[in-house]
Amino acid sequence: MATAATTHSPDHGHGHDDHHDLGFWQKYVFSQDHKVIGIQYGITGLAFLFLGFCLMMLMRWQLAHPGLPVPSFLGPMLQKVFPAIFANDQNGHPGMLTADGYNILGAMHGTIMVFFGVVPVAVAAFGNYVMPLQVGAPDMAFPKLNMASYWTFFVSCVIMLSSFFVAGGPAKSGWTSYPPLSVISDSGPNVHPFFNGQTIWLLGMVFNITGSLLGSINTIATCIQLRAPGMTWMRLPFFCWTQLVTAFLLLLAFPPLEAAGFMQLMDRAFGTSFFIPTGLMVGGHLTHWSGGGSPLLWQHLFWFLAHPEVYVLILPAIGIVGEVIANNTRKPLYGYKAMVGAIFVLGFLSFVVWAHHMYMTGMGAKVSSFFQTTTVMISIPSVILVTALLLSLWGGAIRFTVPMLFATTFLPMFGIGGLTGIPLAFNSTDLYLHDTYYVIGHFHYVVAPGTIFALFAGVYYWYPKACGRMMNDTLGKLHFWFSIVFINGIFFPMFIQGIAGVHRRWYDGGVSYEQIIKPVLHWNNFMSASAFLLGATQLIFIFNFFYSIFRGRKVPNDNPWDATTLEWDTPTPPGHGNFTKPITVYRGPYEYSVPGADKDFTPQSEPPKSDKPAAAPTPALAH
Amino acid sequence: MEIPHTVTPRPDTGLYNAKLAIWLFLASEVMLFGGLFSAYAFLRMGADDGYWPHGLLDVPVGTLNTILLIISSVCVVLAWASLKMRRWKQYQAFLGAAVVLGTVFLVIKLSYEWNDKFHHFGTFIKKDKWAEYDKYLGNDYLAKKGLAPRPEITGHLHEVEVEVAPENKAQLDALIQKRGLEISKSEEGGKTLSIKVKAPSDAEALRNEPGVKIEAFEMALDEIYTDPTNPKYDRPGFWKRHLSEQVATIHADDLDSWSAFVPKHSSFLAIYYAITGLHGLHILGGLVMFIYFLFFDRALYLRNPEHMANRIEVVGLYWHFVDLVWIFVFPVFYLL
Repeated sequence: MATAATTHSPDHGHGHDDHHDLGFWQKYVFSQDHKVIGIQYGITGLAFLFLGFCLMMLMRWQLAHPGLPVPSFLGPMLQKVFPAIFANDQNGHPGMLTADGYNILGAMHGTIMVFFGVVPVAVAAFGNYVMPLQVGAPDMAFPKLNMASYWTFFVSCVIMLSSFFVAGGPAKSGWTSYPPLSVISDSGPNVHPFFNGQTIWLLGMVFNITGSLLGSINTIATCIQLRAPGMTWMRLPFFCWTQLVTAFLLLLAFPPLEAAGFMQLMDRAFGTSFFIPTGLMVGGHLTHWSGGGSPLLWQHLFWFLAHPEVYVLILPAIGIVGEVIANNTRKPLYGYKAMVGAIFVLGFLSFVVWAHHMYMTGMGAKVSSFFQTTTVMISIPSVILVTALLLSLWGGAIRFTVPMLFATTFLPMFGIGGLTGIPLAFNSTDLYLHDTYYVIGHFHYVVAPGTIFALFAGVYYWYPKACGRMMNDTLGKLHFWFSIVFINGIFFPMFIQGIAGVHRRWYDGGVSYEQIIKPVLHWNNFMSASAFLLGATQLIFIFNFFYSIFRGRKVPNDNPWDATTLEWDTPTPPGHGNFTKPITVYRGPYEYSVPGADKDFTPQSEPPKSDKPAAAPTPALAH
Repeated sequence: MEIPHTVTPRPDTGLYNAKLAIWLFLASEVMLFGGLFSAYAFLRMGADDGYWPHGLLDVPVGTLNTILLIISSVCVVLAWASLKMRRWKQYQAFLGAAVVLGTVFLVIKLSYEWNDKFHHFGTFIKKDKWAEYDKYLGNDYLAKKGLAPRPEITGHLHEVEVEVAPENKAQLDALIQKRGLEISKSEEGGKTLSIKVKAPSDAEALRNEPGVKIEAFEMALDEIYTDPTNPKYDRPGFWKRHLSEQVATIHADDLDSWSAFVPKHSSFLAIYYAITGLHGLHILGGLVMFIYFLFFDRALYLRNPEHMANRIEVVGLYWHFVDLVWIFVFPVFYLL
């Protein structure tokens, strides 16, 4: 949390009405200020993103060099710290990833990236920092609740990390934790009945979900109740719309998983049979469970969350991209109203597509057909969003700033991720592609060069507001160009491998199936090398992030990007209470290059000139 | 800048912040209990014929608890109305009554309903052994009438007959000593023992003891198993069934599984404990908030009585929701 403190410059001298001086702890650690909490979420989330990436690099080492210990001092060190994950190789050298260890890293990579990395940054960090500023609110509606949700999340992080240090290691049944595997794993004479990987995973998830629920209530209440005077719904910046819909998804989709988490905890701790079928045999012996449960029940409850979760990952990213594109093309978003409509349709449909993850479970042709139909339908609002963003570029005087580079790249990357999803939506093609690297490639294109690139765009874009200094431009461009090359080097070959039939859970990268997949096996080396280089590239970002706090170019004014939305009306960085004067909104969110205006942007808070009537209710469309 | 609409409603939404938030929270609660109730439906649909028990729970007690909760909800509304009229004493009386009613509900739930189950015992007979136990189960009779079979014999566990390996004898004796149990019969030089148990948990301890094999259970039967072909047992009744004096011996080899009426006993009990347990936690949470508002929030009332009334309105909405969940729990578990 020391880092959160350093990114937040002292906020005195801006004339805000922060009557009482808060001590260090209340100001930077147990803060109720939405901006500090946003930064806390951001730093924690970015750290977890990096951790999840490191887990993946260890897996990629194993895939490229099966059975070879992790090189140099790293192998022995890792084995000493994580004896459940690493072992000696056949020559007695320490640091070889074990099969169990590979499963552990896979499970924890997924869990950490989704629930502890991307969601905290995309939803909690940007949602907390930017959304209240954009609607013109002095803070979130419930500051104490906001603090509680961060610290609940923090506890879940500690719980989840602690599982790396228990006997038997962390959860190893995939981020989906499918029973009966997850219920029988980490049980037996050598592991603690309670302090074991899977039980801690469930406990960590229960806390994570609780924190998320509290946060989403706060987000919705803020967005509905605390809009500044004049901030009508159709004047709301697109980013706020995405946060609002995302919060609804979290609010309604997460509780069934929380219920399922309780039930799996009961299966593990009290021996119930929610997810254990009658007569389950393990290792030739009948298990002690009474039976009568259903493993499919877990899958339904899990995917009822986890599919909307995909849109939780992508919607805030689209929101960020929309803001950055409007600002850097110097023109309004194309089809703002249609985009708002599209995210609502997307949000609604995301609740009725979950079982397309379960085509292989034999749930029946009728059910599959239903989910196939809804899944194909959900591509319509997605295409509306991407098309509108693409058309927003048309005829714009584009400024290729670093955030804009990341934002424009989001479009083709998300496009690839989306289009490769269509064969997975259909039963017949999914039967072949299910559980291959094709699936991995598909959703990583959506989440990694899609969402995470959008998050980078957001960091570069709002960094000057939070820190008062710009991030270094040259380093930013280096970071972008290396990232875009290497990230495609990892994920594109996955399609080639997946179509050839490489299974996603092969621990040796497919060497034991060499006869079948020989033509694509060599890609493993290429992909792993790309992964390590991508990892190295992120060091540029990390350096830039911290260097610019102290040495970055100071912002020339409170609105360095010449933007129109309200967050740029605050002092830099904004003090407690945000705005120094009462804010009134007079116009839509993206009044760029308005003909006849004296400059190419008109902030939302700028009153109309006296001789003209007030702006139309939806000026975003008035071009 | 102050955060707006903490007490007064925002004109265009008609809500103050907390009222919107509690409705959102309740929406997520609907999904939480919805997930559990859909698990109930899933498990019940997947249960084999006869394996989903009917009439297991005590309907009169459930009815009493339903009435208690409904009255407490009314009390909370009256407490809110009293605050609106700025009558602090009356408010305290009504909210105090709600606290008492909620507490009685919890006490009944835990110390009577749950506790009773922890001491009840059930054995699931293997399908191919049903004929041997038909004088208790009455499955021939049920099949003729086209009714679902009874796979289970329930009652109170009295004695457990065990066979112990000579090398583990001393360890078993120590366990018997520790738990204060009594040996009623000892044969073959102490190889086969009949042990009087106090509760089903003693049987669990014996199951986990190395070298000890449970041979048979002696249990007092629930009255239904003493007269299984009596048509009055064809359908679950309103009043709780009593325990009979009749004792039956059931061989462990003839059983699929056995245990007290704890969560692991069956899918029905698992989901019963999950939903009523979570509901009980919600009751507890409500009581904690009530007690806070009752005794520790007078300063707010004196400073801003409208804010105080809002708090009771919000916690009241929560309480009505918890009440409503019970209105679903009661028919689904007790009556259906």
